[in-house]
Amino acid sequence: MLLRRLAEAPGVSGDEGEVRAILREEVEGRAEEIFCDAMGNLYARKGKGKKPRVMLVAHMDEVGLIVTGYEKSGLLRIDKVGGIDNRVLISKPVVVGKDRVPGVIGAKAIHLQKPAERKKAIPLENIFVDIGARSQDEAEKMAKPGDYVSFTAKTVDIGDNCLCGKAFDDRAGCAVLVDVLKEDYDLELTAVFTVQEEVGLRGAGVAAYTVQPDLALVVESTSASDVAGTKEQGHVTKLGGGPAITLMDSSYIAPQTMVNFLVKIAEKLAVPYQFRHLATASTDAGRISQSLEGIMTGVISVPCRYIHSPACIISQEDWHNTVRLVKGVLNAIAEGGLPT
Amino acid sequence: MEIRRFLADICETHGISGYEHNVSALVRAALCRYADEVRQDKMGNVAFYKRGEGEEGKRPRILLSAHMDEIGLMVTKIEEGGFLRFAPVGGIDPRTIVGQEVILFGREAMPGVIGAKPPHLTSEEDREKGHEMETLYIDLALPEQKVRKLVAPGDLAMIKRESLALAGNTFAAKALDDRAGVAVMLCCLRGLEKMRHNADVFAVATVQEEVGVRGATVSAYGIVPDIGIAIDVTHGDMPGVPEHETSQLGKGPAICLGPNIHPKVGAELLRLAKEHRIPHQTEVSPGPTGTDARAIQVTRGGIPAALVSIPLRYMHTSVELADLEDIKQAGRLLAYFIATVDTAFVEGLKCY
Amino acid sequence: MIDLIKKLSEAFGPAGREEETARLIRREVEQYVDETFTDVLGNLYAVRKGAGAKIMVAAHMDEIGVIVTFIEEKGFLRFSNVGGVSPFVLLGQRVVFADGTTGTVAMEKLDDIKKLAFDKMYIDIGASSREEASTRVKVGDMAVYQSQVSEAGNRIIGKAMDDRAGCVILIKALQELKNTNNTVYAVFTTQEEVGLRGARTASYRIDPDVALALDVTLVGDTPEPLYPMDVTLGRGPAIKVKDTSVICHPRLKGALVELAEKNNIPYQLEVLVAGGTDAGSIHLSREGVPSGVISVPCRHIHTPGEMIDLLDLENAVRLLVAFLEEPVDLEKIFPCQAG
Repeated sequence: MLLRRLAEAPGVSGDEGEVRAILREEVEGRAEEIFCDAMGNLYARKGKGKKPRVMLVAHMDEVGLIVTGYEKSGLLRIDKVGGIDNRVLISKPVVVGKDRVPGVIGAKAIHLQKPAERKKAIPLENIFVDIGARSQDEAEKMAKPGDYVSFTAKTVDIGDNCLCGKAFDDRAGCAVLVDVLKEDYDLELTAVFTVQEEVGLRGAGVAAYTVQPDLALVVESTSASDVAGTKEQGHVTKLGGGPAITLMDSSYIAPQTMVNFLVKIAEKLAVPYQFRHLATASTDAGRISQSLEGIMTGVISVPCRYIHSPACIISQEDWHNTVRLVKGVLNAIAEGGLPT
Repeated sequence: MEIRRFLADICETHGISGYEHNVSALVRAALCRYADEVRQDKMGNVAFYKRGEGEEGKRPRILLSAHMDEIGLMVTKIEEGGFLRFAPVGGIDPRTIVGQEVILFGREAMPGVIGAKPPHLTSEEDREKGHEMETLYIDLALPEQKVRKLVAPGDLAMIKRESLALAGNTFAAKALDDRAGVAVMLCCLRGLEKMRHNADVFAVATVQEEVGVRGATVSAYGIVPDIGIAIDVTHGDMPGVPEHETSQLGKGPAICLGPNIHPKVGAELLRLAKEHRIPHQTEVSPGPTGTDARAIQVTRGGIPAALVSIPLRYMHTSVELADLEDIKQAGRLLAYFIATVDTAFVEGLKCY
Repeated sequence: MIDLIKKLSEAFGPAGREEETARLIRREVEQYVDETFTDVLGNLYAVRKGAGAKIMVAAHMDEIGVIVTFIEEKGFLRFSNVGGVSPFVLLGQRVVFADGTTGTVAMEKLDDIKKLAFDKMYIDIGASSREEASTRVKVGDMAVYQSQVSEAGNRIIGKAMDDRAGCVILIKALQELKNTNNTVYAVFTTQEEVGLRGARTASYRIDPDVALALDVTLVGDTPEPLYPMDVTLGRGPAIKVKDTSVICHPRLKGALVELAEKNNIPYQLEVLVAGGTDAGSIHLSREGVPSGVISVPCRHIHTPGEMIDLLDLENAVRLLVAFLEEPVDLEKIFPCQAG
């Protein structure tokens, strides 16, 4: 399954090359036109010249780290790329730089910590990547400032038809787009795999400017917090509850016509769906909907537990249902035009 | 003109964000002789265009972007007694402006001081705390009636500070952020006089960076460059700040790496610095930088961006301190870069 | 004027759901302009065509509100804010949905009122089960303060003066505008309260030569105001110098001051320490748009009891009409020096 491979590839914001290479290979032959822009967004277009013009968007990048310098001991100093909880970093294997030098993020052993220390989260200035170098000289040969650091995690099966791994946010969306491209639709379709979503929706505005679509659909991954200790109103989405439709977040308010349109299609196709019960955080839709003269935009997400950690869980059924819903949207537009 | 002299002139001049016309005139006078054309846009960005030797219509377009605006103060209210409340324009630490002499630009330019309650009248506990902007005021030592005639909300004030030449090549002044970058453009354009380059160069002194990278947003949109390089300042080394968060004064310009920077442009700058033995350092920004490069990169359909920075101590105070040699070396580096860029390089920037 | 203020203030129009307000405004302006239309983000355009400069004037239709995120088993609604709503102001208020459904805002038990936050609050619409609630309200529905306009002497109290007051000025100006050579794009914008969004796409579409935004501003004349500022209710419209989103074009600001003085219109100068307005988006559109702002002094912004002064509103209309009727000499006001 493509998603497994995509999720395992390192692709921190600004370093999406490996993910892009896999996607390029996958969309080859499924699109008439494949190209990149100066930021590294990957475009795959089919049905050029047809009306209307629809853009599907999923971001390639994931959260991670970047090397900023060295300790004399040979440890690497790091900074965070995108929003990661410091507490998630500890005790994880990583790879560093283009050569994928393996390393680990350690922490002072609990035996060495004072009782008060144990209660606190470890601050970033005390978190390092250890590549096993014995000195700064040795480390300098293996890693450089500006090298990206990515979690490593195999994608594995877990529970009832679920997958566990890293970076489902938003490789799940990328995989949806590839699957959707397998079929033909009577419209101009451009699938855009964007860069740098996690550092401020940087790639999406550029993509919207390039494609100038009549409608955009963002396929994302969003938090599923249907877990112990969270009341139902705080679940955001439920794992296995089907694709989630966004009503509002910090960057975007869904037009009522778009919400009605998506709901109608889901109900017609009997695809289970849910609303995202949270009005904060942001996605590429924020930039796209405000681009040019304004672009009609919708957001559909695959629910994902433990998002932004190296051990996320998604339901394969949710993923398949997302594919069905996105295809349904494209077919509905091809047959009945844009939502009004 | 000698760089030190040029910097002294432009740093001592008034050019608070949104009101850059004075500094703009000086910059124009110094840089126009190196340009084939000078154009000011509606926001006040001034572009110095230097034509390349490449074939018409095929010349790469390179944008250099350094902001000429500076932080300052703006009057919000005239209090009883003629004391002036103010708000910052850009990021100002209120603790750095207590007891400063200022020049208030009302109907005429007037001297003033920034006052606060004296220590005798404050408690020990109060003195432990830093001053807050709302408790400070400008005192013109004029009767209220006169103040009301001469001053209105919206009038600007800047710290009065003459530049200082310090040991070696170091230089202290207000507004080196980012007039140092403007000086880099001057050095670069001068350097290019003696070099051949295919690419068209647009050296732009931008406005309103300090209030949210606004000038570069519209300037880059208008120019539509193939490559955009921001020139700004970065934090210099000093005690109390971890070494890895700073760059060293006198060790050359800092070349930025990270998602805001096109990897091939960043790499090319590093390669050229090595090739021409230009002292340099690297700095890493894990997200969009707080410079013109932030806006340039996401302009229109995306523009390959880079950032070259001058190490600077005491940023956003009136005694910002830099090493002139770093400025000259940055100018050299950019001139070499411009001379190297050809169509193939530009085309390669979209090949991922 | 009061009838119009009342009608617009009491209309439903949280950010992203401005259709009702737009419908009301369209009815008011239609016969005074050459063309009206809307766009994808819901902005309403009213255009007076001319041969002169292209002037965009923006006033935002949206107001702050709340959005339902979840319906509990017992029929209580969980919600999030739409724009800058304070939980402390909201507590105990009544809110109303587009279809008239009304609810009251309450909170869970809290040991410290400082910890009050939206996730500790809920809307009670009097439903006793999820099923019952769902017949009246859906997840994603928005509500606004329920607040009737009151007159207090020459002053008006009501919700959403921010920025229906600006809408009223723009409507009145369109109605009173006689001879102008300029092309006037009056834009009633959307989603200002969540990030100046409608104005962004509208200005890109119009690509104006000059732009004005009309909005409310804070005042400094109340007990212990938020920030020291010289704007006072009733002393005339404020000509903005700067806020967090924009530094108004100095020459445009100057032109407004000159016009006010020439026409004996009282005015104040405004430096707003915290807050932004549509001009923040507009002036950064494309290659830049020289932008200014005429503000209406307003007390108690973002509460159900926003207060404005009628005289300020009337004088703002006069100033705007004077500006729109004046020919704009672009080369003189905004020279793009080449050389």
